[in-house]
Amino acid sequence: MSDQAYNFAYLDEGTKRMIRRAILKGIAVPGYQVPFASREMPMPYGWGTGGVQVTAAVLTPGDVLKVIDQGADDTTNAVSIRKFFQRTAGVATTERTNEATMIQTRHRIPETPLTGDQILVYQVPIPEPMRFLEPRETETRRIHALADYGLMQVRLYEDIARHGEIATSYAYPVEVAGRYVMDPSPIPKFDNPKLDDCPAIQLFGAGREQRIYALPPYTHVRSLDFEDHPFTASKADHACAICGSGTSYLDEVITDDAGGRMFVCSDTDYCAQNAKGGA
Amino acid sequence: MTAQILSEGFKDAARDGAHAFRAILTAMARPGTIATLQAASGPAPISPAAATVLLTLCDRTTPLHLAGAHDNPELRDWIAFHCASPFVSAENATFALGDWAALQPVDRFGIGTPEYPDRAATLIVDRHDFDAAPTRLTGPGIRDTATLALPEARAFAANHGLFPLGWDAILTSGSRLAALPRSTEIS
Ligand SMILES: [Zn+2]
Repeated sequence: MSDQAYNFAYLDEGTKRMIRRAILKGIAVPGYQVPFASREMPMPYGWGTGGVQVTAAVLTPGDVLKVIDQGADDTTNAVSIRKFFQRTAGVATTERTNEATMIQTRHRIPETPLTGDQILVYQVPIPEPMRFLEPRETETRRIHALADYGLMQVRLYEDIARHGEIATSYAYPVEVAGRYVMDPSPIPKFDNPKLDDCPAIQLFGAGREQRIYALPPYTHVRSLDFEDHPFTASKADHACAICGSGTSYLDEVITDDAGGRMFVCSDTDYCAQNAKGGA
Repeated sequence: MTAQILSEGFKDAARDGAHAFRAILTAMARPGTIATLQAASGPAPISPAAATVLLTLCDRTTPLHLAGAHDNPELRDWIAFHCASPFVSAENATFALGDWAALQPVDRFGIGTPEYPDRAATLIVDRHDFDAAPTRLTGPGIRDTATLALPEARAFAANHGLFPLGWDAILTSGSRLAALPRSTEIS
């Protein structure tokens, strides 16, 4: 049962309407960052207030919500957000990707393929893919307006010149439906191919920067690269020490004071199911 | 009349609005999908689906243009009570409501600017004929191809030609609703 001191999903109806209108315009112009008036939320900005606001505006009473942080359901951040929606919206929650109708995520896309019955909401710290190259908002807005993305290409080329390959391994920029260059949030570039042609609706919320953007299902999403340096979705060249998966994204964890280390799946639900032989 | 106005809004604003928005989002994100929406009803000729859209998305911050038969005193009163949207000319509208013929010419509506393509109108095309000959659709939100009856395929194709500018459309009739974002290609 939800806490009656709050409106359903915390936000007032006027705020939800404003966010809902922004989401619809984001869907209509895939990859374009729609400005919205971000609200104060009862949690710090670093905790994904943009994603929380998008989830609050999209959530229905019948949803089953999963929240992950770096692939894990049990971090403080993920647990707090899950409890927040249990309390304010009374929705059911799950740690299983295939049971969830809505998934809010920070820094990962689940390993289990998403379906057309799901919505994935990303917490975004910095929505502008060119922010580090061009700090002026007026200038990045002009670049997007003209699709003048040469600067981005130059940066990636410089990466190749310096490192022999494209070294950007998180928040690797993508081109959406042949038009806008978009920051997929700090997911590992290993996850980039999952953005493309995805059956689920993908929504992105940046609270501090007050931007919402979206990928409708089955949108063509291409990681930027060059003919002589094609994009590769790299991961650690190991198998998971727990479930043995050779295909999932791995975190390196320190196991003891002597510097012992091992590689385990970052997606804890996938790992648990795979260990049981069920993934 | 006041009692009638009161009785035709959402019974539970937060929950009815949440379900209605999910239906509208699904329709906009998956062009060709027809959703059922009837959480509200208003004075003729507005359909329950269009009335539900207004209650879900429109308020005092969204200037609304009423076209043709939808521009009548009873419906104005109902909208003033439930949404408080200011009534404006087509050129200044964030939302527009009317049947397709009354919304003409559609090039009056805002299409956004290159810097802010989101500042574009959303047309609620009411009394839409969902059973007319279907048009073939491709683009974001569509796996391979989809089909949907459109009031005038050529107008939607011209609007898509403006992408990333352009208006977006929500088609309604009775309790049925579909949507066509500017990103959809018409073939
Ligand atoms: Zn594992």
